[in-house]
Amino acid sequence: MTAATPQHTGPGPGPEVRKAPPGPPAPDPARRARSATTRRALFRALPVSPAVILLLLFLAGPIAYCVVIAFTDLQLTGQAEESFVGFENFRRAFQDEAFLNAVWLTLVFTVLSSLIGQNTLGLALASLMQRASKPVRTLTGGIVVTAWVLPEVVAGFLLYAFFRREGTLNAILDWLRLPSQNWLFTLPILAVSFANVWRGTAFSMLVYSAALNEIPKEVTEAAEVDGASGWRRMWHITLPMIRRSIGTNLMLNTLQTLSVFGLIWVMTRGGPSGKSQTLPLFMYEQAFQNSLIGYGTAVALLLLLIGSLFSVVYLRLLRTEV
Amino acid sequence: MASTFASRRAPASRRNRRRLAADAGLLVAAAAFVLPLAWVVLSALDPRASLRVKIPDGLTLENFDAILTPEITFTPLLNSLVLCGGATLLTVVCAALAAYPLSRFRSRLNRPFLLTILFATSLPITAIMVPVYALFVRVNMIDTMQGTIFFFAASQLPFAIWLMKNFMDGVPKELEEAAWTDGASSFQSLLRIVLPLMGPGVAVVTVFSFVMMWGNFFVPFMLLLSPDQMPASVSINDFFGNRGMVAYGQLAAFSIVYSTPVILLYVLISRRLGGGFALGGAVKG
Repeated sequence: MTAATPQHTGPGPGPEVRKAPPGPPAPDPARRARSATTRRALFRALPVSPAVILLLLFLAGPIAYCVVIAFTDLQLTGQAEESFVGFENFRRAFQDEAFLNAVWLTLVFTVLSSLIGQNTLGLALASLMQRASKPVRTLTGGIVVTAWVLPEVVAGFLLYAFFRREGTLNAILDWLRLPSQNWLFTLPILAVSFANVWRGTAFSMLVYSAALNEIPKEVTEAAEVDGASGWRRMWHITLPMIRRSIGTNLMLNTLQTLSVFGLIWVMTRGGPSGKSQTLPLFMYEQAFQNSLIGYGTAVALLLLLIGSLFSVVYLRLLRTEV
Repeated sequence: MASTFASRRAPASRRNRRRLAADAGLLVAAAAFVLPLAWVVLSALDPRASLRVKIPDGLTLENFDAILTPEITFTPLLNSLVLCGGATLLTVVCAALAAYPLSRFRSRLNRPFLLTILFATSLPITAIMVPVYALFVRVNMIDTMQGTIFFFAASQLPFAIWLMKNFMDGVPKELEEAAWTDGASSFQSLLRIVLPLMGPGVAVVTVFSFVMMWGNFFVPFMLLLSPDQMPASVSINDFFGNRGMVAYGQLAAFSIVYSTPVILLYVLISRRLGGGFALGGAVKG
């Protein structure tokens, strides 16, 4: 933040000297000074190089490779040479019912679990915590955060057990004399969405707790004295004051939800018959069960593009902080 | 001040009522969230565990006894430790080195570099795993610990650099300037002055990277093939596949053994974090 260079200042001293006259080649003080500062700048940037090399080789490299093989018919096995097929993989995707189904389910999964579930529940918990007594606050916070800290696969198993026919949810429903059912079979996308809410709400809760703590007490108290009801205070005062946190939180939740794989894999494997198959699981199935690496990568590229879009929006939200 | 005090006094009973309502609401949520957690704890101690939360038929440690063998627990946990420990070390060293010039020297490249880093922070890593697999097959790095370590480190690095740079900005430059005039190099002042002063920050980056990798399933699932190299996040699935009847008690016991380190580490750093906001951008699968 402090080290950011102002972008629109005029050409200053040092490396920004541009108008150095061409002049005689050897004893040019301007050029010598420039090469010295360049050398110093390079020397100073040296410590960045291990990170840059690692990022280029193992992050930028795969992304570039992703772009390339998304346009080929690369297969997992038994293929001498893959060939360039243009937009064939993408054309195929948009005619593939299973792909469209996966897009739809990804949308449902994201809206249900991230936008509605994690976000709203997180805000509700955070605002209740503002008023609750300390022991209750600590207890609830501890439980919700534990769900978040658990490894993804463990969370998957816990919720698999919870939603199974002979699991806890049906036990409770039986006890309440409500109809029970095999959730992972009848409504798998709902079950995995709830699982994602269970696992991810803590993050929203922490973000909103931090945001709510920053609202000055005087503001809410003034509104209270003026007789504004709880809901009106929430709508007209609290929400506008934390709107930046809401934006950030929605972006990060959505990005996280878009890349959920392990949780769904453990609970349903994307099934039954694709009823909980979001895009990451569809991509995996095409690439490894159907051996169509090229096609799977085309889907991956689409997912990456959606992710980048959200990422850019997120950057704009944070713009003032960089 | 006085008026605030008055407004605080007047609706005291309403305040109490509201606190009770908030407490009740939170307790309901806590009860819903705790059910799956209760299952894992109770089942691990239950000699006849099933899939639902129930009072155990007597308490036993035999589930733990059954899983604490080299094949089921120790080898996968050791693999996890090598994998995540190695990648965390690489991440933290690279991030500290990279953060130093970004935090200390002005350059017109800082801003574009930081924006790129921040952009990479929020990319869905899941999406590139298929091409990473294809690439690793091509360059013969598939099924190697070092390849997986490198990829892990690269995927965690953007966020680590970002965090590290922000922590480093908090160390005043004046403290270093004295060392510079005494002739210390940048590297010496990073190692002797800056890093020791930002110890808590380094701890947060380290623990956070480690916790993220420890829980990651998809990366080792894709990049490692031989069962004897699998970390715990992948080997836990064997409770369903290879061993026939699912022993839920053992699965629960294994889950506890596997999760305990990250929970302890989280407790360790959560005090330093205050809120959770420093973790922004980090909870991607």
